Amino acid sequence: MIRFILRRLAQAVPTLLAVVTVSFFLMRLAPGGPFDMERPLAPAAMENLRRVYGLDRPLIAQFGSYLAALARGDLGPSFSFRDQSVLDLIARGLPVSATLGALALVLASSLGVGLGVAAALRRGGALDRLLGIGAALTLSLPSFVVAPLLQIAFGLSLRWLPLSGWDGGAPSHLVLPVITLALPQVGALARLTRASLGEVLRTQPVRTMRSLGLPPLRVTRHALRGALLPVVAYLGPLAASLLTGSVVVETIFGLPGIGRYFVEGALNRDYTLVMGTVLLVAALVIALNLAADLACAWLDPRLRVAA
Amino acid sequence: MAALAVLIGIALACLAGPGFTGHDPERAYPDLRQLPAGLAAQPDAAHLGPALERLAFRMRARLDAVARDGDTLRLTLGSEAGVDRRSLVYLPRSALFGAPEILEDRDGGRGLVVAVPLRRLYFPLGTDIQGRDLLTRCLVAGRISLAIGLATSLVALLIGVAYGATAGFLGGAADAVMMRFVDVLYALPFVFFVILLLVFFRSSLVLMLVAIAAVEWLDMARVVRAQTLSLRERDFVRAARALGVGTPGIIARHIVPNTLGPVAVTATLLVPQVILLESFLSFLGLGVQEPQTSWGVLVADGARAIEAAPHMLAAPALFLIATLVALNLFGDGLADALDPRAD
Repeated sequence: MIRFILRRLAQAVPTLLAVVTVSFFLMRLAPGGPFDMERPLAPAAMENLRRVYGLDRPLIAQFGSYLAALARGDLGPSFSFRDQSVLDLIARGLPVSATLGALALVLASSLGVGLGVAAALRRGGALDRLLGIGAALTLSLPSFVVAPLLQIAFGLSLRWLPLSGWDGGAPSHLVLPVITLALPQVGALARLTRASLGEVLRTQPVRTMRSLGLPPLRVTRHALRGALLPVVAYLGPLAASLLTGSVVVETIFGLPGIGRYFVEGALNRDYTLVMGTVLLVAALVIALNLAADLACAWLDPRLRVAA
Repeated sequence: MAALAVLIGIALACLAGPGFTGHDPERAYPDLRQLPAGLAAQPDAAHLGPALERLAFRMRARLDAVARDGDTLRLTLGSEAGVDRRSLVYLPRSALFGAPEILEDRDGGRGLVVAVPLRRLYFPLGTDIQGRDLLTRCLVAGRISLAIGLATSLVALLIGVAYGATAGFLGGAADAVMMRFVDVLYALPFVFFVILLLVFFRSSLVLMLVAIAAVEWLDMARVVRAQTLSLRERDFVRAARALGVGTPGIIARHIVPNTLGPVAVTATLLVPQVILLESFLSFLGLGVQEPQTSWGVLVADGARAIEAAPHMLAAPALFLIATLVALNLFGDGLADALDPRAD
């Protein structure tokens, strides 16, 4: 098990290196720079700024020193937020995105798996048929349509909840963004659970359990353990994308999370901020995929042998 | 199969519809901004008065009297300096009226009575912030959204099928390396790269197509590889090899055609993903740019005007959601139809 984890972590290094390299050179190839203002700076001032941030050196040298700093855990200073390091900004944005993402994940998985199980147990029932359409519908509702509609309904008309903003993470500010983030995933998870549990319920061991007269609830519990495998595998990348924030949701609800820092950083050519956020997302994707694989191995002993 | 009918209906409407709505997608009616959806002929009484006042002001004339007789308006214009007859061209130019006809000339040109035919315009889905017909724009936007969805999915399909079939058929070390590469790509935060690309290099349709296709071929490659792994041990493949067919020939003639079922399902479910990603990028202002428009662009406009004109969000959002739901349901139906175990 330890060897499996170590091997996966070792595999993550080239992936992260690829992420750093691609995003670094992609940004430097792009026209425009971090100090392009509406009123152009005096050439001497521009020269000084570029020297301070090391942008006057050859590209390869810059890349080398970025990697060296990265190895020490330093993501560099932000170009657009004065006197702040990228680590500071991430430390400020990540809790926001992570809170939203974690709540959305809990909501989506509990609701999605619950609905999926209920549909699988009563195949062809009203809920099952409703879920067929409902899953396709929630999957097809873009967050940028849902978010304004929720704002109109609960923010403007009913005045139950604030329209936007963070306000230190007050619960009332979390409700609408979390629902927006979770909604499309409820359908996806319900469908996945339904299909997977439906398949397990048709297998021989389950029939045997039933024929031996085990109570239906116990049978379902046994079947669920196997049926959750694909769901857990799906939750890994899903968690990563939810935790690192949806760019759209953070933009619409005006939340100071990672996704917004990323878009602002890209628009301002804030090289280090963009690199930092991309790297963070990539690292989280890898870590959560690994976590999902470990959870699968815990659920299914056969996978442990393979690993 | 209702889903397929909806899809065909939307596609036909987008292709042919803009010719039948009676409006050019770019034609703006400045006097009829943000009209709500409705079937009544425009300009209605509420919009006619202000529109006439604005026109009279532009013609440097007073509007002394307005009488309506069916579809014809009798306007009595007055001006101390004399009404300039050339300024009457403002009337047809506003696109709300036909050519004016001078009925009477009073006080040596200081008063003018004109008859102008009132045009009847219809905006079933209302107009946008510049007074353009929303139905026409939704249909024209649909052309772009659907075209991007189909073209990008096709590119992703070709890459994915070629890659997956090659990896699966070669097997061994080549397969391991090729699929390891796919795994690495899966771990990349690709949406972030697409955003970077579009922010840094001025966004264009081709760039967006390439960027989205570069993200979306991975699923297809995995599906095709899994199929190929089971196919390559089958007898007809061995027979082809015994007859001397080369590896590219076997992949093209025997492997790929046999993977078409799952490929069709994956491709059908790919199209809504691509359309969603495109409209997401366009919503952020990174995708389709003016004067071209897509559903994502229209939804973004609508979200900005949602308090004053909710129909501006509702109309394009309904087109978008109907298309996505229909595609998803069609893909599900296709998967069920092709799955022999389906109950």
